[in-house]
Amino acid sequence: MAIDSTILEDVPADVAPALAAAAPNKRKLLFLRNSKALTGLAIMAFFGVIAVIGPWIAPYDPNAIGPDLLQPPSWSHWMGTTHTGQDIFSQILVGTRGVLVVGLTAGIIATLIGMVVGVTAGFVGGAGDETLSALSNIFLVIPQLPLIIIIAGQLPSAGGLTVAVIIAITGWAWGARVLRAQTLSLRKRDFIEAARANGERTWRIVGAEIMPNLTAIIAAGFVGTVTFAVLSQITLAFLGVTSVSDWNWGTILFWAQNNLALQRGAWWWFVPAGLCIALLGMALTLINFGIDEFVNPRLRSTGLRARDLRRRGIRPRIGFTPVVRETPAPGAAKEDQA
Amino acid sequence: MSVSTFPGAARGVAPTAADPVLEIRNLSVEYGYDENPTKVLRDVSLTLNRGEVLGLAGESGCGKSTLAYAATRLLPPPGLITGGSVIFRGRDGGEQDILTLSDKDLRASRWQDMAIVFQGAMNSLNPVHRIGRQIVDALQAHVPGISRSDAYDRAAHLLELVGISADRVRSYPHQLSGGMRQRVMIAMALALEPQVLIMDEPTTALDVVMQRQIVEQIAELRDRLGFSVIFITHDVSLLIEIADRIAIMYAGEIVEDAHAHDVYRRPRHPYSDGLLHSFPPLRGPRRELTGIPGSPPDLSRLPTGCPFRDRCEFAFDACATVTPRLTAPAVAGDTPGRSVACLRHDPAAVTAAGFTPQPVPDRLAL
Amino acid sequence: MRFLLRRTVFYALTAWAAVTINFIIPRLMPGDPVKAIMAKYQGRLDSSAEQAIRTLLGLQEDKSIWQQYVEYWSLLLHGNLGISFQFFPTPVAEIIRQALPWTVGLVGLATIVSFTIGTLVGTGIGWRRGTWADQLLPLSTFFSAVPYFWLGLICIAVFSVGLGWLPTNGSYDRSLIPSLNAEFIGSVLYYGILPALTIVVSSIAGWILGMRNMMVTVSSEDYVTVAQAKGLSERRVLFGYAARNAILPQVSSFALSLGFIVGGTLVMEMVFSYQGIGYVLYQAVTTHDYPLMQGCFLVITLSVLAANILADFVYAGLDPRTRQEG
Repeated sequence: MAIDSTILEDVPADVAPALAAAAPNKRKLLFLRNSKALTGLAIMAFFGVIAVIGPWIAPYDPNAIGPDLLQPPSWSHWMGTTHTGQDIFSQILVGTRGVLVVGLTAGIIATLIGMVVGVTAGFVGGAGDETLSALSNIFLVIPQLPLIIIIAGQLPSAGGLTVAVIIAITGWAWGARVLRAQTLSLRKRDFIEAARANGERTWRIVGAEIMPNLTAIIAAGFVGTVTFAVLSQITLAFLGVTSVSDWNWGTILFWAQNNLALQRGAWWWFVPAGLCIALLGMALTLINFGIDEFVNPRLRSTGLRARDLRRRGIRPRIGFTPVVRETPAPGAAKEDQA
Repeated sequence: MSVSTFPGAARGVAPTAADPVLEIRNLSVEYGYDENPTKVLRDVSLTLNRGEVLGLAGESGCGKSTLAYAATRLLPPPGLITGGSVIFRGRDGGEQDILTLSDKDLRASRWQDMAIVFQGAMNSLNPVHRIGRQIVDALQAHVPGISRSDAYDRAAHLLELVGISADRVRSYPHQLSGGMRQRVMIAMALALEPQVLIMDEPTTALDVVMQRQIVEQIAELRDRLGFSVIFITHDVSLLIEIADRIAIMYAGEIVEDAHAHDVYRRPRHPYSDGLLHSFPPLRGPRRELTGIPGSPPDLSRLPTGCPFRDRCEFAFDACATVTPRLTAPAVAGDTPGRSVACLRHDPAAVTAAGFTPQPVPDRLAL
Repeated sequence: MRFLLRRTVFYALTAWAAVTINFIIPRLMPGDPVKAIMAKYQGRLDSSAEQAIRTLLGLQEDKSIWQQYVEYWSLLLHGNLGISFQFFPTPVAEIIRQALPWTVGLVGLATIVSFTIGTLVGTGIGWRRGTWADQLLPLSTFFSAVPYFWLGLICIAVFSVGLGWLPTNGSYDRSLIPSLNAEFIGSVLYYGILPALTIVVSSIAGWILGMRNMMVTVSSEDYVTVAQAKGLSERRVLFGYAARNAILPQVSSFALSLGFIVGGTLVMEMVFSYQGIGYVLYQAVTTHDYPLMQGCFLVITLSVLAANILADFVYAGLDPRTRQEG
């Protein structure tokens, strides 16, 4: 639920101090060296693997009822069982695929729509821009979850991909708006004017000049949309609005809630599913942090170096430049003026 | 409350030869808190005398703004001051080193002793406060007990001083043009009648007509109120008109420091010479413009010895090893009190390092 | 002025769009909702009832879509949102009128608390970088990645079932009769603690992060350095110059996230059986009570719009630049 307001309005050009600019190659790798992004990517990869092999390595069929009713975690059932003896661990493993597939699909579709609408609006300007902006603002303001609920609720039974499409249709507006703002500010830049003056075709300018500069923002938007899609899907499943025969983590919670897992003290029924959601959500947010800090170097936290700074007595503050007189290395200082 | 009763007013103080109001000694500044910081200023020394206009000139990135901001401790992170002192002498003769003041004392001294007019007035005014309020809060912070109406009166007076009508006190920054905003910044800087006014590229973003107006305004205000000015700009020709002394910076060091007309007619440093010959004069015979080949060095990877030697036509072997220091030029009968950092003018240092000194080229010995 | 005018036009347009979406959706769905209802209440409704339902839903087969649309609008403007199936013959408008104050109270209060605390914390963290407070960020991020409702479930498990400190569900003690006395109000507050707490914990990270990022960006603006150069007190610079500017995008972001907030709290109500409009919507969805569903959606959307308008006014009040240009 983190709101990324750094890139809400027109984003100023990256202002890394000229003295500290790294070579272009180093900059790309810098993103990967960001520990937050790495952690996030690692967790995502883990879930990705599970999504692929989950149904194969699941010890039991998630639907299969068994003799051990409502058992806490044990060696035979790592995450315990439901009230009908189903193995919760298998349900989680199998459910991973549903979550990731819907999340990524919705993310991709929404990002594509957002890209088309946003970049077009920003680039074209005038009446086209006004119309597209009005459209995306409408979709932004109308509360998404209730809209999804009534659309999905009126369908006979909404399966995974249908849900993905519905989520995408209600959730593209945020990315579109951000991309429009960024395209607008890019359009005024000189290199675009130069391209236009050169007579380059519009689609070429958009494709070759503008898009590459938007990569980071698109990536951040994509990650944000996937987060939103995953949470929405889980919520819908939890409410029982979508089909409860497709396994995903939300369905597990649906059954848990409907069978009063809470009141029965069957914590193992609803804790693992929630933890998985939280982990996945956190992974996505971390990736977004990484992208944020990559785009806006000022945000990089001095956390790791805080210890060093404190040791040297440096407190970085605006308006009070730190004065630190350290013993110079031998031979480094100039001789004093006579 | 009229201006004449405002405490501390000084009138028309003529520039005195050796009455320093600000002395920067051996200031060293780095950028970056990690293991490999960039040394942007290395042992820089500069003196500003009372009532004087000192011009600080140089290419972009030479460190002139950095010098001003470091001297007032306004350098943004990751700036770090690693050595030196900045001595301010008040009218009563008291001295204080700005770099050793406590936060509280520094705040109290700010704006009253020294004020800065920042580069780019576009962003220097708070967009959500009215102009008057931004002048008044400086007054309220430093003059305890000043009443609101007195403060606003003074604000209105200050605006008129810089040629803006007093009713603009209630305007927001976005309602003013670029030139007006710049003048508001000047008015704001003068609010507490500081002794030193540092102006960082005040005319760079303006058109020529506005430039002239601002420069004339500053000159007039200086005559009236008698403060000293450090005028930072890359436009040397402008300085020649308005400055008493000019200091030229290159790659984080001061390379020449002399009276304005000396720098213009009789430069002693190869860089100054090159700079001045890059400007076509409006009158006089046509001559070939030379410019200076090459570009300023990357401060994170400075060459040894003199930073200018790669672009200097007078460089010799010692230049790669010995770093020049500011000394009097090696020209007989030269104006006293000027200095230059060039090994051609410093045979003593050259000999001490074991090289053969080279004579001063004719162009630099006019 | 132009700014407000544009916004008003925009909101009118959005309101119209919301109503139209509300009208269109049941007509887009496969199958005939009326037949589905008849099948559901098999035997208990006769053909005259079918006609009545068709009229209520505006699905009369003999009228053109445009006529149905116009009639729908006229019904709406009379405050007639139809009659609920589930609670037949109670009008939808009345059900919503009873439920809405609970939601506004819970959501409103919790959101304001979350926003205020989050913004203040974010201001502090953004201003003084490199302190221990930076560690708060990953922690609150974790909580924001957790779905509202799951956090609610955990809280119930821990605080209600486990520790027995707070009630499991409901909006007030059912043995009490709603009235404006201290006992009832106290009960309302008591029952509201857990849902409100869940909302606050889950959403505060977003505000902290947003404000921190804005403070970092604004701190590097020239006017903050100028403020320091003027020798103003730290408090003056922090609040008058830095935070005062950083809060503008924060307000914008607040307005935009209202829809999102509402979504989360709807589910919260379901988890806690808190009888606000979210709970009503949930019940309507599971029982296929179309008029109630649509009525809820409309009211929720219009409320969000109203809150957005309010936020826009606040923004215009805070940022003088909007009062000039369009």
